[in-house]
Amino acid sequence: MADPGFRIGCGAGFGGDRLDAAVPVVAALAEAGGPACLMFETLAERTLALAQLERAAGRIGYDAHLEGRLSPVLKTCLDNRIAIVGNFGAADPEGAAKAIADLAKRLGCRAPKIAIVGGDDLLSGSNDADLAALLATGVPEGERVISANAYLGAREIAAALTGGADVVVTGRVADPALAVGPIVAHFGWDFDDCDLIAAATMAGHLLECGAQVTGGYFCDPGFKDVDGLEAIGFPICEVSADGSLVVTKPRSTGGCVNEWTVKEQLLYEIHDPAAYLTPDVVLDLTAVEVREIGRDRVRVSGARGRRRPDTLKATVCYDGGFVGEGEISYAGPNALARARAAMATVKRRVDKDLKFRADLIGSTSLFADDGGRFIATRDLPSTTDVRLRIAVASTDKRSVEAAVYEVGALYTCGPAGGGGVRTSVRSRVSTGSVLVPRASVTPSYRFHGEA
Amino acid sequence: MDAVSASTRSVALHELAHGRAGDKGDRLNVSVIAYRPEFYPLIARAVTVERVRELFAERRPGEIARYDLPRLGALNFVIDGVLDGGVNASLNLDGHGKSLSFRLLEMEIEVSEETIGLIDNLREENQ
Repeated sequence: MADPGFRIGCGAGFGGDRLDAAVPVVAALAEAGGPACLMFETLAERTLALAQLERAAGRIGYDAHLEGRLSPVLKTCLDNRIAIVGNFGAADPEGAAKAIADLAKRLGCRAPKIAIVGGDDLLSGSNDADLAALLATGVPEGERVISANAYLGAREIAAALTGGADVVVTGRVADPALAVGPIVAHFGWDFDDCDLIAAATMAGHLLECGAQVTGGYFCDPGFKDVDGLEAIGFPICEVSADGSLVVTKPRSTGGCVNEWTVKEQLLYEIHDPAAYLTPDVVLDLTAVEVREIGRDRVRVSGARGRRRPDTLKATVCYDGGFVGEGEISYAGPNALARARAAMATVKRRVDKDLKFRADLIGSTSLFADDGGRFIATRDLPSTTDVRLRIAVASTDKRSVEAAVYEVGALYTCGPAGGGGVRTSVRSRVSTGSVLVPRASVTPSYRFHGEA
Repeated sequence: MDAVSASTRSVALHELAHGRAGDKGDRLNVSVIAYRPEFYPLIARAVTVERVRELFAERRPGEIARYDLPRLGALNFVIDGVLDGGVNASLNLDGHGKSLSFRLLEMEIEVSEETIGLIDNLREENQ
């Protein structure tokens, strides 16, 4: 391909991603020299509710790692006109924009033009009673909605970039929109051209989880070997004017991009592959072809699109009560039987109204169900080193604390040889989903420092 | 190729395919991607909704949908109600169900000696 058109790199695929991931990506984009953009996806379902609680408590409501992520790349991006788009605004995009402006000043960069995309927050400042009633359907009876955010599309991001933004800060947007906005802004595509928007959405979907498409969350030694996981290269997508895509990664980084890595990410979190619903388009993946065209270069083509849905998805968060966990280990002869005896003992002692789960870590934990049916009925792999874990949940903190206390009491009350007790109790936020009419949501953007 | 193979052997689906799990609320999706195009028809025949339901039986699955993607050599399973309420409600250490792709890849599949040969070649190429 002579002219790759537009390059978009990914610097983070979730809120806990490596802080140095973007460095080789930005170096590769700067070296290539053509028009390019860098996206950061740092906002999981619950992250926003947690950020909202942090903000309410007077702490930072945007991505706590924002400076750590941007410090090593901001200057190179600004010097090379590589725009940055990220949902790191979380519950406080305005605060994030200010932090980026301050960071640029400290780093001696030119003052970036920062756009803030808003309108995803459906609670703050809203007095729409019908909307409030609709959002309440997403939480259990009697629960209070802590936060409600609509997944916005890419139009405001694209408009902000067309308006000259160096950095676009968003709160909740559909993850692929972080790529769709820059791609559409670059090529000047029409949002009604469903096949092109579908191609851009597919690019975003492939990029949005970072190293998941470059061999990271893929490696299976002996079956899918991947070298250099400790320095894995994050993805870059080369987009052409006709909507064709090549997925690649920076040179001299770990990981790999091949047919297998791309297919795994292509189907990640997909339900009906003919109808992946996003705010900008309904993406159809059924005619997609994936082909290796070189080392760490995979061409992906054939995305098709249909008109966007009439509703937007919103995530509503509510108080999820308390979760307690307690663990104790058994090893050596008959360890599994002793762990099972401990499991039965604790279960008999805890409040029957608590939601209760037990795991036999080392034999069976992840594949088992909360109801305990798997452990009760399947043949469990034997082990001579097993850790009993119990987990309980309730809205009543005291009964949760009382339950995990029982794990510690196994020290003297038996069975024999238990050691290494750890316990914890924490609060949690739960989430629900609601489909909201577009008329109830007003996406917008403005530039930081302008009224 | 089935007609000529007199003897068959049982292997884990993990030998023939790879996959990834994803979650949305209480709904799990698991992709099953053939390592080689030759494996796809075999996988499409053997990895049925009924057999997936049996693997996840203790989680009391609701609807299970299978989507076939022959161009990708892949299947996509969408399994309702198996995440104990989803990541914000489940007590599982892995509330997302991220490890459950490997539960599906545990499924035992009957394959011909010829397929065993292809699997062996594949593993050697990977060395």
